[in-house]
Amino acid sequence: MRLLISLLVLTLCNLASAETLLVFGDEVWTMNGKELIKDGYVLIKDGRIAEVGPASNATPDGTERILRGRIVTPGLVDAHTCVGLAGHLNSDHDRDELDRTTSIQPHLRAIDAYNPHERLIEWVRGFGVTTMHTGHAPQALVSGQTMLVKTTGNRVEDATIRPRAMIACSLSDTAIREKSPGSRAKAFAMLRQRLLDAAHHDRQMTQSDTEEAKPPKPDLELEALASVLRGETPLLIHAHRARDIANALRLKREFDIPIVLDGAAEAHLMIDELKEADIPVFIHPTMIRPYGECENLSFETASKLIKAGIPVAMQSGYESYVPRTRVVLYEAGMAAANGCSREEAMRMITIEPARILGIDERVGSIEIGKDGDLAIYDGDPFEWTTHCTGVVIDGSVVSDQPR
Amino acid sequence: MHRMTLLLTLLAAVLNMSESAMAHPGHKEAFLNARVIPVNSPAIEPGYLIIENGKIVEVGPMSQWVQDSPAIKTRDCTGQTIMPGLICTHSHIGIQGKGGGGADGSTPIQPEVRILDTIDINNAGFRRALAGGLTCLNIMPGSGHLSSGQTAYVKVRPAKQVEDMLILDANGKPMGGLKMANGTNPQRDAPFPGTRAKSAALVRQAFMDAQDYQRKMDLAGDDPDKRPDRNLKLETLAEVLRGERVVHHHTHRHDDILTVLRLADEFDFRVVLHHVSDGWKVADEIAEAGAPCSIILIDSPGGKQEAVDLAYDTGRILDEAGALVAFHTDDLITDSRWFRRMPALAMRAGLDRQTALESLTINAAKMLDLDHRIGSLEPGKDADFIILDGDPFSIYTNNLATFVDGKQVFDLSDPDDRLYAVGGMGAGNPMRPYLCCIDEGHE
Repeated sequence: MRLLISLLVLTLCNLASAETLLVFGDEVWTMNGKELIKDGYVLIKDGRIAEVGPASNATPDGTERILRGRIVTPGLVDAHTCVGLAGHLNSDHDRDELDRTTSIQPHLRAIDAYNPHERLIEWVRGFGVTTMHTGHAPQALVSGQTMLVKTTGNRVEDATIRPRAMIACSLSDTAIREKSPGSRAKAFAMLRQRLLDAAHHDRQMTQSDTEEAKPPKPDLELEALASVLRGETPLLIHAHRARDIANALRLKREFDIPIVLDGAAEAHLMIDELKEADIPVFIHPTMIRPYGECENLSFETASKLIKAGIPVAMQSGYESYVPRTRVVLYEAGMAAANGCSREEAMRMITIEPARILGIDERVGSIEIGKDGDLAIYDGDPFEWTTHCTGVVIDGSVVSDQPR
Repeated sequence: MHRMTLLLTLLAAVLNMSESAMAHPGHKEAFLNARVIPVNSPAIEPGYLIIENGKIVEVGPMSQWVQDSPAIKTRDCTGQTIMPGLICTHSHIGIQGKGGGGADGSTPIQPEVRILDTIDINNAGFRRALAGGLTCLNIMPGSGHLSSGQTAYVKVRPAKQVEDMLILDANGKPMGGLKMANGTNPQRDAPFPGTRAKSAALVRQAFMDAQDYQRKMDLAGDDPDKRPDRNLKLETLAEVLRGERVVHHHTHRHDDILTVLRLADEFDFRVVLHHVSDGWKVADEIAEAGAPCSIILIDSPGGKQEAVDLAYDTGRILDEAGALVAFHTDDLITDSRWFRRMPALAMRAGLDRQTALESLTINAAKMLDLDHRIGSLEPGKDADFIILDGDPFSIYTNNLATFVDGKQVFDLSDPDDRLYAVGGMGAGNPMRPYLCCIDEGHE
């Protein structure tokens, strides 16, 4: 309830602060499945998109703030990052994306760790990223929750779209600890046991409601996992090797839970299986380093999965060293240079992640009624030498310096 | 490359003992109708390039092309761009795995260690480097020491042993510099330094020891009995003092950069500044000292304390101040296959296009004392070049072919080579790379 009030306050604030914007582009990439609009415009009023069309249809009354660019796209959506929990200093107390005390911690909330003033947020926003799916790092069997944010706001409440998006899980090398879990099979057994515990706990909770039995002891961890079992919160499963991808699918079959595959360097070996299981993939950043469990990655994986009809979104991913974060625009660009069309690549950082994350009613395409989030470029957005010249969030210009 | 060609190349590498004998005798080939970017002179379009015996013999506009011999092999490069092979001044390919890297944890200054003694020539990184159009690398030990050892300048040639890749100087000696570092990476528990001042003091003491060693050598003259006992560490530092070996210095923060310049001035050694994240803050000082800069750009600033102010503008600002500018992959910090991306990102922040071209080629060659052999397309230089299908600084441009010493060592149309260009089963490394700090992930 408190969150609802916060969101309401946020909306009212935006209504107050957002000006009316008239944005012209030589091309407007709406990402709504239709062809791009040549010489188009977007009108943003009260923080939302009010009009879209050919520039000749615009009827300015002289009070609008006018922006122009070569290419106008929806504000970019980063399908998965750790920015905001992960800080640019990367020193002790600047790594809130991972707690190593135990290996299963689904109850760690991202909202309690997100720093809206982190410099990396401003950095990625400068390239056009307006929405992020961020949270705990894929570096433990279950590391914690993820959340959906806009890349703006003074307090986490200002930024939050959804406080709990998914629960981050790893079935890859990153789940393995010195002692426990010390092996994949053990990790898998531990996770299954906790899911069974959560199912039991959830049953007890439900029964206590109906039969007035004594309710079980509150347990944040089991309650978080129960929301996965109830299908409310997807498990974001980090897996790179084909073996680990197969394990993720097995887990889904056993517990009938929603999952999204994260990373998936060897997904090109598992295309039929992923298609059959109907699993969306947040593909590893194209430029992730090709060693260890990513040694067999291919730059063409995104393209191959898309051609097979698998929902694919691009992530900037998790980095423990330098660069502390990648830029999802760059990563999609590399996919565009390796088998994807420009449109497919742009879909992977706009409407596709919005759909997979269930926020496509608000973000991911330029359509009337959606949030006034735009990115403006002075050339092909994917070219290394192009600049992002403007970024708009909820109708407010948050960046107008070329980056 | 076809397996057969690879075998033959390997055989040739084994049979030929000296570096210069590796070129095909009598092999003359012309590349026609290309956009030719010689780098040291304006682009020629359409132009041609002729190579023979592993060397460039002619570059010119198609209007001047004369087929002087019917035996000459020709290749039509219409719509393609030919430029010099890319040179990476700072790479870590082939030094990973157990026992990898240069210096060990025993002491902070180990100039006696040679990286050439640890290079795994079969590492897939070399194939990926060729896919990226890199023909020459400075392979460096890591930055976790004040000095982690001697670097190796190599051609990315198919090899059976590291000798097949090493670049030799006029006396037949393998070429390389000395890796040094300051800032955060070498600061560790004793006997490593715990502060910046201690780091500088340890380095000064080592160079003073080397000066003393050199003095004794000078005094002994030609009398072997009077010479001091050979000391590999001091011998290497003495090479640095004599200007025979360039210091390749890891340094990020503005004050660390100035410390390097101060030490270089005190001991009169030649230095190339590497990384220079804060270079934009002290560009005039760097330019005045005449220190060349090899820059790294990563996708976002930070990740470590000394790189929090890293800026895409550094290349432009250093260039405008008058410093010599190159970039490096620091492979696997960044992937060699996208080396062209780095100056392109600097262009995004205003770096001049010609400087960007020079940074990948002739400027890098200068930093390795190899500009008389490589770095531009000129008659007499080594036939190290690449053929691109578009503009060097476009993300959509592919490297179609890489030539080293006149031999094609990468062919994108060959499935075996293509695997290393785009990835897939078997294209990477099973082992974590050896790099200071990446394994710990928390430096």
